[in-house]
Amino acid sequence: MLIEFVNVAILALLAVTALAAIRLHDLFAVAMMFGIYSLLASVMFVVLDAIDVAFTEAAVGVGISTVLMLGTIGLVGRHEKKPAHRPLLPLLVVAITGAALVYGTLDMPLFMDPGAPVHQHVAPYYLNESPEQIGIPNVVTSILASYRGYDTLGELAVIFTAGIGVLGILGLRRRKRPGHEGASE
Amino acid sequence: MNDNPVLRIVAKIIIPMILIFGLYVQFHGDFGPGGGFQAGVIFAAGFILYGLVFGTDALRSAIPAHILRIVIAGGLLLYVGVGVATLLMGSDFLAYNALGSTPSGGQHLGIFLVELGVGVTVSAVMITVFIGFAGRNDP
Repeated sequence: MLIEFVNVAILALLAVTALAAIRLHDLFAVAMMFGIYSLLASVMFVVLDAIDVAFTEAAVGVGISTVLMLGTIGLVGRHEKKPAHRPLLPLLVVAITGAALVYGTLDMPLFMDPGAPVHQHVAPYYLNESPEQIGIPNVVTSILASYRGYDTLGELAVIFTAGIGVLGILGLRRRKRPGHEGASE
Repeated sequence: MNDNPVLRIVAKIIIPMILIFGLYVQFHGDFGPGGGFQAGVIFAAGFILYGLVFGTDALRSAIPAHILRIVIAGGLLLYVGVGVATLLMGSDFLAYNALGSTPSGGQHLGIFLVELGVGVTVSAVMITVFIGFAGRNDP
């Protein structure tokens, strides 16, 4: 009973935060709303017992993304421009896509259903065999780093590529400006 | 923000704790929640806080650009290197059992090295992205 109440409360707060982020025109406040949204999402992951995911969401979603958004706001200014078009067509597209997604969830197994396909495939194998085969207590780590080592290598390559892209486009060196002394490196 | 003494002193106290916590998450990932990705991000957050409070120039002199570039590539190379090492030992790519005398020991060593590679690259990329964005604001 309590857990349902917590779930409903978090989901309601998520919806309120998302609506507030849409309504606000001050981009600084919008960035803060996104941070709050990520924090609520990480609470949701804690409720779902996905501590590793909650950890990542809290570190990346609340910390790094907010800092990067604030850095971008520092470059582009903190006030939203007036939209040039009427929002009807985008609203229609979003409504149809959302309706399709909700329709898709009707086929999904019920929440916490032990007979769901995801619990019948490789998950029991990992849970039963990883203490014997890998021997470390955190099954998430043994799946990420050992059973699914190729995937993690791919993810790391994606992050590496993103870093190289930022280096190539923005660069790290301080730009020298005419008449601006002491801007070395 | 540079002139606020409260901010500067609090940052100086907090930054070492963030870095230590990042290392804890990195090396305790086998036993508790955490791992390379989270640890890299937390470790980078310490440097980003330094950059926010003391300015990106101070951050640039704390971590020079050429070191960041080497570290970004070094983490990925460490990961791939573990795979190549297992290949050379006559096993499959990233099959860590070959690394140790016992399969479990090999798995421990392999996961440790791979997570270290992930953490190193992630933290360096995060710092790089921060400097790339925030550094353009400087007058």
